[in-house]
Amino acid sequence: MTASATRIPVVIIGAGHAGLAMSHRLSERSISHVVLERGEVANSWRTERWDSLCLLTPNWQSQLPGSGYSGDDPNGYMSMPEVADFITTYAATISAPVNSLTTVTRVSAANGGYVVETDRGIWVCDSVVIASGAANIANVPAIASETPASVTQVTAMAYRSPNDLDDRPVLVVGASATGVQLADEISRSGRAVTISVGEHVRMPRCYRERDVFWWMDKAGVLDERHDEVDDVVRARHLPSPQLIGTPDHRSIDLNALTDRGVEIVGRLGRISDGVAQFSGSLANVCMMADLKMNRLLQRFDDWAEGAGVADLGPSTRFDATRVPSPARLELSFAEDDIGTIIWATGYRPDYSWLDVPVLDRKGRLRHDGGVVGAPGLYVTGLNVLRRRRSSFINGAERDSEELSSHLQQYLERGVSN
Amino acid sequence: MTDIDTPVNNGVNTEALLGAREALSDAPEAAEFTWRANCSWVGGTFSQTTVDGFSGLGQEHHHKTPYSFDADHPECFASEDRGATPPEILLAALASCLTAGVASVAQHRQIQLRSVTATVEGKMNVLGILGADPDIRNGFNDVTVQFDIDADASREDIQAIVAQSQKRSAVYDMVTNPTRVAVEVS
Ligand SMILES: Cc1cc2nc3c(=O)[nH]c(=O)nc-3n(C[C@H](O)[C@H](O)[C@H](O)COP(=O)(O)OP(=O)(O)OC[C@H]3O[C@@H](n4cnc5c(N)ncnc54)[C@H](O)[C@@H]3O)c2cc1C
Repeated sequence: MTASATRIPVVIIGAGHAGLAMSHRLSERSISHVVLERGEVANSWRTERWDSLCLLTPNWQSQLPGSGYSGDDPNGYMSMPEVADFITTYAATISAPVNSLTTVTRVSAANGGYVVETDRGIWVCDSVVIASGAANIANVPAIASETPASVTQVTAMAYRSPNDLDDRPVLVVGASATGVQLADEISRSGRAVTISVGEHVRMPRCYRERDVFWWMDKAGVLDERHDEVDDVVRARHLPSPQLIGTPDHRSIDLNALTDRGVEIVGRLGRISDGVAQFSGSLANVCMMADLKMNRLLQRFDDWAEGAGVADLGPSTRFDATRVPSPARLELSFAEDDIGTIIWATGYRPDYSWLDVPVLDRKGRLRHDGGVVGAPGLYVTGLNVLRRRRSSFINGAERDSEELSSHLQQYLERGVSN
Repeated sequence: MTDIDTPVNNGVNTEALLGAREALSDAPEAAEFTWRANCSWVGGTFSQTTVDGFSGLGQEHHHKTPYSFDADHPECFASEDRGATPPEILLAALASCLTAGVASVAQHRQIQLRSVTATVEGKMNVLGILGADPDIRNGFNDVTVQFDIDADASREDIQAIVAQSQKRSAVYDMVTNPTRVAVEVS
């Protein structure tokens, strides 16, 4: 089988920003490698996002090792074509050795190294960097199978635009960044929208006249390390913050949705006999999100005071989330004439091709800050991989520096040790 | 703030709970518990329920002593009122579950409690259980829990403790979310 195999020290799987940042770091260290990509560079941003999506991180934060945003709108938010261009330009700037249209089908351990099988040949290497993304598969809860046949089910990954939906009312399940953005856009298209809300993360787009990411950056929130945060499992599975990137820098919390006429209901608990049942815990999840937001704002205020930052707007607090009273506990798909359910219930990585025993019982990769529990195996681009910043494009800068340093030492120590 | 010399003590061993969380995450089978209750009809609407054994951590356990609960309906329902109504027992379960949570969370967050009381109300329209109006549900329409907490903490911190106790409460979850219930005859 290895007759036609190519030998190379390192294989990077995936040419998103995280894989490319690692490629740049390895090139800096003169470590020969190849980047295998099933599509084209920035495939996820080209093919797996909805049409209107813009980053929720500001442009100035799109900073990768050796290159960053150079446009004239540092406070704006990139559209998907702009992100794809940005990453493609980056790949060219760093001369990343990308083999596109090459899908990895199996990675297994052999002779102290790894065999990487693809639909375009085999690579044999000492070290593998998994940079295949954190969001390959849309999560859909098991209860989805009880959805009546009259209702069209669409995942956030398959959704493109309200124009693809029929005119009937829509149930959006999930209130992370994705869920609130889709509820907002579908409501603006004139359709009636109900959004089912479990635990969520509320944040204002701007606070005291600065972007919330400016605050999180300055106040040290994004630099909290994976081995410092209270509960790393929780931190890694926190829903994305309710934010949207628009030219008017507007906030998109549940109150904004309520103002638009979107109906807020609790977490979807069950679907049976054509009826969806929602949790009665809505008031509590909203209360928790409000309390946590206020703690975050307090932290910002404290930091600003300590650092003596002037020219900020006045410190304020936002209205508590208005919870409908009584909130609806049931929705009949027939009576409410629901045409579509959008499952905005999160994403997860796909490791079906990974034939190395490094997954936990829930199918998650076991790793310590990106160093996987098998020698020479690394992962990057996951939520809170090494620090909170890792969840965002901007996190690759330091993560790739630290992981490539570890990888280099691994290669230098001699792989067979 | 609490005196530095007096360690916070709400009587909850949170280290043990955190240790259990860690240990059970690695041994998920041991985390499977079964709780049981045995109910006997005495007469009329009066019944007695006893709890004693339960399983978990891969073995059988017994309470230090069996506990029993008397349930009946009040005289205005033409019963003899020899015990609490079952909905009241549910309210008791909810309040005690949340209260245990408040104590544990406060301990974990190093907040000394001085007193905690909860007043629970469940609103119910009995036309439902009487079968007189099919549009009215049998159970509670609304449950309210009013906590009165005296502790060394700000109002926001106390709100956060109460919110977290709801998040981690078994009974709160069972009351607010649908639960599959299979009732069979042997
Ligand atoms: C809806 C959404 C919005 C987001 N918004 C923001 C934002 O505003 N700001 C921000 O900073 N971050 C955002 N993120 C988070 C984060 O930047 C992304 O998850 C990012 O894509 C992770 O980068 P990556 O390079 O690890 O993965 P990806 O960009 O997903 O790159 C992985 C690459 O691996 C390839 N691949 C996968 N499997 C294989 C295989 N078997 N063989 C070969 N190639 C393979 C894929 O085709 C892909 O090109 C968002 C994520 C999502 C899902």
